[in-house]
Amino acid sequence: MISQSGGLLHRRAVVAELLRDRGDLLVIAGLGAPNWDVTAAGDHPNNFPLWGAMGSAAMIGLGLALAQRKRRVLVITGDGEMLMGLGSLPTIAVQKPDNLTLCVLDNERFGETGMQKTHTAHGIDLAGIAKAAGFPVSLLVRKPNEVTKLRDLAHSGAGPIFAQVKIDPEALPFVLPPAEGGILKNRFRASVLGGEALYN
Amino acid sequence: MTAAARLSDSRSLDWSGAVFDILTELDVRQVAIVPDAGHSRLIRLCEDDPQKRVVTLTTEEEGVALLAGAWLGGEKGVLLLQSSGVGNCINMLSLPQICQLPLLMLVTMRGDWGEFNPWQVPMGQGTQAALESIGVIVRRADGDYLVAPTVIGAANLAFNTCRAVAVLIGQSVLGAKNFKELARP
Repeated sequence: MISQSGGLLHRRAVVAELLRDRGDLLVIAGLGAPNWDVTAAGDHPNNFPLWGAMGSAAMIGLGLALAQRKRRVLVITGDGEMLMGLGSLPTIAVQKPDNLTLCVLDNERFGETGMQKTHTAHGIDLAGIAKAAGFPVSLLVRKPNEVTKLRDLAHSGAGPIFAQVKIDPEALPFVLPPAEGGILKNRFRASVLGGEALYN
Repeated sequence: MTAAARLSDSRSLDWSGAVFDILTELDVRQVAIVPDAGHSRLIRLCEDDPQKRVVTLTTEEEGVALLAGAWLGGEKGVLLLQSSGVGNCINMLSLPQICQLPLLMLVTMRGDWGEFNPWQVPMGQGTQAALESIGVIVRRADGDYLVAPTVIGAANLAFNTCRAVAVLIGQSVLGAKNFKELARP
């Protein structure tokens, strides 16, 4: 059961459920709290956690999904990060990657900078934007059982899938993955492509 | 026909075809584009190749991120853009820089040689400095015979040393447009 307080889902519980029995799932984590959430669920070579390049998460997911058609790719990012890369939604929809899921953890805040309200706090409908941008599946997730359905879709459903998960704007202790880009790149490529990738 | 148009017509070297062959030999699979007239033939060649996926972007920095993901998944890519789009990429270029990811950018220049549109000049003149400010290696090709060898060198540098490398293809190669002529009655 995924914990809920005041009707809102807890972000770490949501991510733990999405990554339950993750198998060979590939994960891109957007900068800030989603990076710490994904790392809190267990640092893993098949994670590529971002420390910057705001607005890039969804497009990194697309490039990876196109290159690795037989693997599932899950992008977990925040509402502020997704808002900075909104153009990537129609770009992804045109490419129709059936192995890609975008999951936006929506706390309606810019969490790292003082909890300023994002556009979603004013009612802007990210799931609606993704639907209009051409995502055949676009979900608004508020309940634990919906998170479990999203987990199953991300692991085996027909993509591209978009989900906006409303979460509690709680501030949690940071759980940090390696910060050095070369380490993150090389461990990911060695895990996904095999050790010979290090010789390229 | 104006002297500039005659000069443009006289260009016969097929640099687009040569660049396409280079990209194919390197096994480039993802071609990220914000279109430019100067890239139109190369884009058509890529669209006609079932081994290449052409990804049309809404803005150029999407391509920087796309090709980071491609390399993480074991594929090579190229970003085709015009000089005005370079400015859109600057913060996103942190990604290949800090993660040591190869990035090949082929930039067709505006605001450079024979430009008629004053609005193209600020970014065109700032293109090389902007790229170098974020650590991208820049090579210029200001003659049609220079494009293919410059692209070969840039591509090998990018993919063999995991660096971001841009080739600026000069407006003198592409031929300057003049909308004022098109607007004449």
